[in-house]
Amino acid sequence: MGVPRFWREIPARYNLIGSKCETCGNYYFPPRHFCPECRRQGKMTEYQFKGTGEVVTYSTIYTPGDSWIGGKPYVLAIVRLDEGPCMTTQVICEPAEAAIGMRVRRVFRKISEDGDKGMIHYGTKFVPDRA
Amino acid sequence: MRDVAIIGAGCTKFGEMWDRSFRDIVVEAGTLAVEDAKLSGEEIEAMYVGNMSGGQFVNQEHIGSLVADFAGFASTMHIPSTRVEAACASGGLALRSAVMAVASGYHDVVVAAGVEKMTDVETGVTVDALASAADREWEGFMGATFPALYAMVARLHMHRYGTTRDQLAQVAVKNHHNAMGNPRAQFRNEITLDTVKNASMVADPLTLFDCSPITDGAAAVIVVPADQAKKYTDTPVYVLGAGQATDTISLHNRADFCTFGASVAAGKRAYEMAKVTPKDIDLCEVHDCFTIAEIVAIEDLGFFKKGQGGPATLAGETAMGGKIPINTSGGLKACGHPVGATGIKQAVECVEQLRGTAGKRQVAGAKIAMTHNVGGTGGTAVCHIFSNERRK
Repeated sequence: MGVPRFWREIPARYNLIGSKCETCGNYYFPPRHFCPECRRQGKMTEYQFKGTGEVVTYSTIYTPGDSWIGGKPYVLAIVRLDEGPCMTTQVICEPAEAAIGMRVRRVFRKISEDGDKGMIHYGTKFVPDRA
Repeated sequence: MRDVAIIGAGCTKFGEMWDRSFRDIVVEAGTLAVEDAKLSGEEIEAMYVGNMSGGQFVNQEHIGSLVADFAGFASTMHIPSTRVEAACASGGLALRSAVMAVASGYHDVVVAAGVEKMTDVETGVTVDALASAADREWEGFMGATFPALYAMVARLHMHRYGTTRDQLAQVAVKNHHNAMGNPRAQFRNEITLDTVKNASMVADPLTLFDCSPITDGAAAVIVVPADQAKKYTDTPVYVLGAGQATDTISLHNRADFCTFGASVAAGKRAYEMAKVTPKDIDLCEVHDCFTIAEIVAIEDLGFFKKGQGGPATLAGETAMGGKIPINTSGGLKACGHPVGATGIKQAVECVEQLRGTAGKRQVAGAKIAMTHNVGGTGGTAVCHIFSNERRK
């Protein structure tokens, strides 16, 4: 991934900046320019998600693609943020610990890197929220 | 709008074809279709080629020109040739494009082809290339692979409806059994529930045998106006319905992860155009890129109620001789899944079934057959309904 392609998504990747439609009240992540509900009548504003939510479904991945740099297996999940939208993300936990309905909170982590000399890509993963 | 018919169909052997190139296999499929239709080739006015990712699998774009060139249609005839892409639904979409070109009256004799050459790169590259059918920025970047996305569908389907590990495995067992009767299939061996369950884990709960393979292959059909079909063949297959639909590219943006809205919509549009209902369908080739995908598909297309796909599969209702035979070709799982070719291969299977020439896998008395071709995790779906009888 080239530097600009990663750099321009930093607000959403690092800080979960998404969108809220002021017309219908729906939240969106990743950010969108158009509200699919209201289309031209929508009014999208930036919104920072609290970063808490729950696991809707998950899988433990044993065979990642070539670009994968992390350990394996790892847990991938669809997390429903408390404001409503869902996102695909990694949950840092033992595979046996992952469960549908598990509460999670966001953490800032390394996601990938562009070879030995390229950029390191950071972003958001989730951890079990035991509080 | 004119009614449309298929007058010729051709398909290569599916599998790892290390001695054959991208252009070799697509030209072979096209030649088989042209010979099947008893054309000289000069009648052909246009071509649509479904291909997901020549760019990533063989570093080749500009597929329309390449295929027309090596099929002999470019340098003197200069026919319009268009590459069509909708990830794993590229083939189905190429057929729909050809059908629309003929139905509109724009062209009379059109080739719809599909091709993918997937074994010229290492497996890890293939995994990454297939992941580009999902949202690269917000699924792929986050570590999602294709099996993992379908595994998350499976996990939720099991949680919500009680779908079992055995029910999923039975999809693969049945499709391997069906492929035994298909000389073109990549895998022609029986497997058992234990084969699936004891295979190495890819993305929990899906094992290697829940996943369709990496395959080279190509297929082609020739479509003409229904009014002209009998001029070429005694056994035309009529296109009664065609439906296409989209949904969000990301699985996570759907309202429900246990149903593919695009499959429901594409199926409904095809049924309405064909003026038939799910009960009228004699056999269906569905997009079983993973075992869970077949279970979701047979529910979304209305053959079984939501949540009943798994029990119906284990009870044999989707096997040969069952209520509705699903994937008589062996499906993506056992016939193989050269992604861009799959949608056309499904149509070729329906043509052979409706002509009564499907040999050991023939569904007796088949009159109406259906295809269901999905791109990504349901971002695109294309359905076609065919019959050996013309629309009344």
